[in-house]
Amino acid sequence: MAKIPESWNVPTPEGLTKEVDHGPLSLGLEKGWMRTPVEIKPGMHCYAALPKRSVALDMPYPRDWSAMDEDWKLPRNWREIVLEGFKDRLDRFRTFKLFMDICVRCGACADKCHYFIGSGDPKNMPVLRAELLRSVYRKHFTTAGKLLGPIAGARDLTLDVLKEWWYYLYQCSECRRCSVFCPYGIDTAEITIIGRELTNLLGLNIDWIAAPIDFCYRTGNHMGIQPHAYVDMIDFFVDEIENYTGVRVEPSFNRKGAEILFITPSGDVFGDPGTYTAMGYLVLFHELGLDVTWSTYASEGGNFGLFTSNEVMKRLNSKMYAEAKRLGVKWILGGECGHMWRVVNQYMGTMNLDIAEGSKMEEPVSPITGTKFENAKSTKMVHITEFTADLIRHNKLKLDPSRNDHLKVTFHDSCNPSRGMGLFEEPRYVIKNVCNHFYDMPASCIREQTYCCGGGSGLNAGEDMELRMRGGLPRANAVKYVHEKNGVNMLACICAIDRAVLPNLMEYFVPECDVTGIHEMVANAMILEGEKEKTVNLRGEPLPGREESE
Amino acid sequence: MSLKNLLLQKRSPIVKKWCDVVLRTYPEQSQSFLKKKDPFGNPVGCTIAEAIESIYDELLQGTESDNIPLFFDSIMRVRAIQDFSPSQAVGFVFGLKKVIRKELGSEILKEGISEEWAAFESRIDGLALLCFDIYSKCRQKIFDIRVHQVKNQSHRLLKMAGLAYDLPEDYESPGYEGDLKEGQVNKHES
Repeated sequence: MAKIPESWNVPTPEGLTKEVDHGPLSLGLEKGWMRTPVEIKPGMHCYAALPKRSVALDMPYPRDWSAMDEDWKLPRNWREIVLEGFKDRLDRFRTFKLFMDICVRCGACADKCHYFIGSGDPKNMPVLRAELLRSVYRKHFTTAGKLLGPIAGARDLTLDVLKEWWYYLYQCSECRRCSVFCPYGIDTAEITIIGRELTNLLGLNIDWIAAPIDFCYRTGNHMGIQPHAYVDMIDFFVDEIENYTGVRVEPSFNRKGAEILFITPSGDVFGDPGTYTAMGYLVLFHELGLDVTWSTYASEGGNFGLFTSNEVMKRLNSKMYAEAKRLGVKWILGGECGHMWRVVNQYMGTMNLDIAEGSKMEEPVSPITGTKFENAKSTKMVHITEFTADLIRHNKLKLDPSRNDHLKVTFHDSCNPSRGMGLFEEPRYVIKNVCNHFYDMPASCIREQTYCCGGGSGLNAGEDMELRMRGGLPRANAVKYVHEKNGVNMLACICAIDRAVLPNLMEYFVPECDVTGIHEMVANAMILEGEKEKTVNLRGEPLPGREESE
Repeated sequence: MSLKNLLLQKRSPIVKKWCDVVLRTYPEQSQSFLKKKDPFGNPVGCTIAEAIESIYDELLQGTESDNIPLFFDSIMRVRAIQDFSPSQAVGFVFGLKKVIRKELGSEILKEGISEEWAAFESRIDGLALLCFDIYSKCRQKIFDIRVHQVKNQSHRLLKMAGLAYDLPEDYESPGYEGDLKEGQVNKHES
């Protein structure tokens, strides 16, 4: 027999058997992932909802509990509650059933999640995050899983599994980047949405979501700001605008018979730098002489119900149409917000349109240009960048983009307007008309492939900053690139959560870069009727080269 | 042959193995992903690979370069927010010693350059200290950001509610007597 040369390195029988793992069978996607108990770490999760948050919306099992405690004070029959809830949702939502069944674990989504990219934690791979639920689905709702158990990728719903669900479901910002890459179109965000619904059946919400939904339900906005304080804040902006531009704008509130109702996230009214964007809206409306009113009742565009349950989302959203009907407006104009637009664009029409029955609402038409917003025919709600892009296209705004010449701008596509409604061109068109220096980030980080800011879906609490920094890392990395290459010093976005999250992210990774909403830049570039010589912008900062002469 | 020449000769395997030392601090299932060469799809892995290579090159230059802290900063800015204890975050620096010993141990003995090696090793120790300083600076930054966030959240509301009052920009500080009435004497002056 011919001798096999040693250099071929042919494995010997002894060598081959040495490689065999004699441990328990593990046919899951990742070796051992099914057996790992979760370690709940500080900085990576949000505090539990306070019991009082559950009262107004009648959420189940309000109690004092903490994720760091061993005992989560669950109801005794928690397992039955979850499994019944699971079954109910499998029956009610065809998508959920489909998403549980059809994943072939090809791994296309695995490295697309910003939390995975930034942390390297395999359970932040979208496929594995979904697998946490799927494994329980297999065990309790499929024959193969019931019979074969772990061999079929099935595992029982234990307390450890529940804790693991909770930990990782609240480490998903529902941004849907992974779904862009899934050949089957599985929307992992929807799996997270349902997963969080299940946690809510046990009173396991986080306070950063539970507080806004409670406030929103009782007072109309996330911050719990009452109508008079809302008006006071806008009045404060009116004074600031007059100081800086010499023009006094006159907004109206809850005005019956107005043509348009304007709804924006309350973050624009109460949190910097969103406040400057709110001032931008006020300037724009005034200059156009728009017949528009603000509402102190529908004083919130955001809807944290999306992160809680279908029912809560519907209840919180209903005020938009109810207020539009009460005031008798023809259509709704919506401000720069993120998840508000997923709710409006994808769910509002089917969820609550019956409330608008008998109202004066109709297909939105711009009173300035006559443009029909056919895309908003069903929802009757137009995005403000669509509205402003149309104004610019028809030369209805007097603009001096050189007033923004000190800015080198890039644009962060907010997850929901981009992936939830395909809004890519309008914001860029507006920016390019109000600024002379615009630089897009690399193609794999923008438009439908945009990276999340890291704080979406209610994860912008003070206590989970590490999570947010990890999640925001891919975005910051792309901003850093255009900062170093093109000198970018301003990151524009159209989402109130972005405006709250990105300044911190920038301060850590790219401190030379600030954050702005688009309508702040629009107003700064606008030449206003009767304005005084502009020496400062809406932030009261001196404009380089136009400083007041001493 | 001098140590520097040996280190230059073996540059590529040493850099690769040092980089692996860093990547092995991440969960096993993520390590192959972290090796992907896609600066925007895999910012963590690429940042580490680039910085490790640059640090090694700077180290071989001999002189204490200004760039080394910058390269360490890019790695530590990431590791300071990841799931590491401080020692785990900076420990990879010492890994370089082990990698070099493994690659060049016998050559170092053969060439009789142990003293040169000992000096080089203590430079690596110095790098670890530098790295720890940078780590602490990054953590401090996170704490600062947290404090600012809390302050900023409430500042405008307090101002609006009239509960906080800033002096206007054009405020002129009153003269020597302040707002004392004519004839009154400031106690401190008396």
